[in-house]
Amino acid sequence: MIHLDRVSFGYSKQKLLFEDLSMELLPGHIYGLLGKNGAGKSSLLRNMVGLLFPLAGTIKVAGFEPRKRFPAFLQDVFFIPEEIYLPSVTIEKYLQMLAPFYPKFDEHQFREHISEMDLPKNNKLTGMSFGQKKKFLIAFALAANTRVLIMDEPTNGLDIPSKSQFRKLVSCALNKDRLILISTHQVRDLDNLIDSIIILEDSRILLKHSLDVVTERLCFGTLSTIAYDDRVIYSEPSLRGYKAVFENSGHEESRVDLEQLFNAVMENPDRIQKIFNY
Amino acid sequence: MEFKDKQAIYLQIADYLCEQILLGKWPPGERIPSVRDLAGMLEVNPNTVMRTYDFLQNKEIIYNKRGIGYSADENALAKILAYRKERFLEIEMPEVFRTLHILNISMEELGVRYEKFIAEHFPVIK
Repeated sequence: MIHLDRVSFGYSKQKLLFEDLSMELLPGHIYGLLGKNGAGKSSLLRNMVGLLFPLAGTIKVAGFEPRKRFPAFLQDVFFIPEEIYLPSVTIEKYLQMLAPFYPKFDEHQFREHISEMDLPKNNKLTGMSFGQKKKFLIAFALAANTRVLIMDEPTNGLDIPSKSQFRKLVSCALNKDRLILISTHQVRDLDNLIDSIIILEDSRILLKHSLDVVTERLCFGTLSTIAYDDRVIYSEPSLRGYKAVFENSGHEESRVDLEQLFNAVMENPDRIQKIFNY
Repeated sequence: MEFKDKQAIYLQIADYLCEQILLGKWPPGERIPSVRDLAGMLEVNPNTVMRTYDFLQNKEIIYNKRGIGYSADENALAKILAYRKERFLEIEMPEVFRTLHILNISMEELGVRYEKFIAEHFPVIK
């Protein structure tokens, strides 16, 4: 559904943010995009939705090249940026103005989301708090029922109950024809929600796999000692020994700890690449 | 639902479903929640729940009727007990053995305590 072929991008030609990036994202999955600050996550997402253009290579999203911004492409893709701007109108007016651009927009579903999220109905959008604005846009995006939904740091600014509602709504929104891509630093917010992970660092993709594959090859758990244990890829001292990420030698199935996985990939990228044999 | 740290989520969901079936929440033949409903309720990825259902179907604890959904199997109770026993002997028992060994607790002492525990918690009604 999203296809990148040797894509390079940078804000200047001398300094590329990412180079020769290729990957294929499939419908029916919720992908989590992780990377340090400045790794280029937001720029990558913006390339995918046609807000920025690649310097080299091609991007295809739902069969279209985003940079051409064909209407058929725009009505099947929704992007929620990290910082959002909403016009000074009421929810009703916004609905009237923008819902018609999305042929599969489901008004009933939208109203359900709005009442579940506890949003004030008659306020102007500009009069809402940052978190409320974000919830409003998430509700609108989900109801637009586009085949591709991309969200940049969607849980930033959401309060504690809203984060749980967010996970509920997004997990219900996934179907086999839909692709959801979420970038975040708040990995705990996405725990159990994403089924595949993409880690972007140093202008390349260090890891892109389903979490099922990750747990096949890596184990997450506590070891009493890490000395002389060459399976260990990453460890940090904890109360009961060491919390560690290590190669899965048996057929143990542990739960992925996204934070530790991220640290393991950052600390030992070559080893990770060897394990997942790129 | 509170997820534990160590075990794969799809197995934790399997345990949850098995427990509910044992408690009689979904008698054999009655529909259990759909993948999507359960995913929403637990706030987890539907593909994870799908994996749980495939897993339980392989163990013949639940079955899928086209167009209707999933239900517990006629023999679900016996199959759950067998599956839980297998898991206990393979995973939890070694942990207990390890602790017994470290703390130097003898089999005799364990036996006495086990009898006492059973008598207290599961008294035979005459």
